[in-house]
Amino acid sequence: MSDASPILRGRVAAVLGANIDTDLVYPGRYLNITDREKTAEHLFELAWPEIRSRLRPGDFIVAGPNFGCGSSREQAAAALKYAGCGAVIAASFARIFYRNAINLGLPAVVSPSAAAQCGEGNELEIDLSAGEIHNLSRNITIAAAPLDPRAI
Amino acid sequence: MSMTLAEKILARASGRSRVAPDEIVVADVDLAMSHENADLVRKAFLEIGAPRVWDPEKIVIIFDHRIPAESEKTAATHKAVREFVRQQGIRHFYDAGRGGICHQVLADNGHVKPGMVVVGTDSHTTTHGAFGAFATGIGATEMAGVWVEGRLWFKVPSTIRIEAEGEFAPWVSAKDLILWIIGKLGAAGADYRAVEFDGSAVRRMSVASRMVLCNLSMEMGAKVAFTPVAEIGPDPEAEYERTLHIHLGYDIPEPQIACPHSVDNVKPLSALGEVKVHQAVLGSCTNGRLEDLEIAARILSGRSVHPDTRLIVIPASQRICLEAMRLGYLGTLIEAGAIVNPPGCGPCVGVHQGILAAGEVCVSSTNRNFIGRMGSKDSFVYLASPAVVAASAVAGRIIHPEAVMAKENAHV
Repeated sequence: MSDASPILRGRVAAVLGANIDTDLVYPGRYLNITDREKTAEHLFELAWPEIRSRLRPGDFIVAGPNFGCGSSREQAAAALKYAGCGAVIAASFARIFYRNAINLGLPAVVSPSAAAQCGEGNELEIDLSAGEIHNLSRNITIAAAPLDPRAI
Repeated sequence: MSMTLAEKILARASGRSRVAPDEIVVADVDLAMSHENADLVRKAFLEIGAPRVWDPEKIVIIFDHRIPAESEKTAATHKAVREFVRQQGIRHFYDAGRGGICHQVLADNGHVKPGMVVVGTDSHTTTHGAFGAFATGIGATEMAGVWVEGRLWFKVPSTIRIEAEGEFAPWVSAKDLILWIIGKLGAAGADYRAVEFDGSAVRRMSVASRMVLCNLSMEMGAKVAFTPVAEIGPDPEAEYERTLHIHLGYDIPEPQIACPHSVDNVKPLSALGEVKVHQAVLGSCTNGRLEDLEIAARILSGRSVHPDTRLIVIPASQRICLEAMRLGYLGTLIEAGAIVNPPGCGPCVGVHQGILAAGEVCVSSTNRNFIGRMGSKDSFVYLASPAVVAASAVAGRIIHPEAVMAKENAHV
């Protein structure tokens, strides 16, 4: 729990598909890095290293269902957070990743239609308590599940 | 009120008479397991500032992902964990050479008992449902909380019941059954849910095969999975989200293969076409047990690994390695041209002992075929049973074991 405002503003750094596994988010070969800040260097390194280069503080990652499936590695959530990602918005999250994100203070927002209604570079405003995503670039409101107050 | 096995165990562990799906309960943890990521847990534990772990007898730490240490960086984290273990009086510590893959070591040493709540900082902790435990993977920060308090919150999962009847077709095994199920339900098909396996086919399976079912249930998102044990079970009138009935002979007449790059991309072997393999891997927490080495030795006996293929064999634990040596399996495999790696996770996590180059194809008895999982992002991993892995190593391409066994020797 923190005093941070439950409204987040940022840009969409990437729109990804279904079943983005934690090996894609953070490769297994770097699991011996146990300083959370250093994990950020390897975010999406294998398949999409460019996401890390264009991610600005507060930017969002948008994805389809089952984001974070696979390994329980907490470095996947840590790498996103310490690379500056403001929130991950996905149609659904794999169980362990979701818990890891909450534990590390990375907002994980469930929105079944966000991937279809957001494009790279879109400006978004997320109201975490209300469960609403405003796509300012497209002037539309996208439904999301409100985040439990204990997780904000 | 009737309860599923997951509900029953969570009710007991949270001191309630009954629980229902979607309730959140705080349950006492009976066993907390970590591997090398104990170093991450250790750091979070020190941040919390508690002087001692809640119960050193209930913590088990097993090195497996990087043994022996493959780099100076890893050696340093191993060292830090060893010092922590000593300082906290954690007796159940299995260093390199003393254990093997964490899930097999828990089984080999009888750490898990029916009805326990087991958490591990490894997603494949679901394996221990084969011993009737509510066993699930968690992250390192949560584990630090467990080390301090000995309890954790859980959302009570709903349960999918899977009943399997009938006999396996020749060369078809528990691995093929669970791959087939994952192919049907999808990578998120059991997300947040418990899975109960039962039926006469499951009840006839070896413990090793039951561990395969529970282990790979993780790949459809399961929170926990169970096979039947004598000591504890679901109530007869328990309510299930859904029930699947499978007849092995009809539904799964041939080996199943999970094609790149997701575990639910499952095809029957005959639908595969020609797939040449540069590497074959037999091992992991999924399929590195004695029965897996036995079937590979049977297939490779008097035959040899294809000249264009490397076969890497990794017994799941020191105990299995020793037993396989005594029974002659390792000798047979080495004579056939296999590399035998020390017990541990080997190349499954993409760290060492058999990393793939760009363009290379691997057939593997492991559990994940994600992009870059075992090396280059441009490599390809096909998941299969130990029998298919061994046969494919002989043929140099993915093949039905029957085709290899039909020939006297060598290159099919």
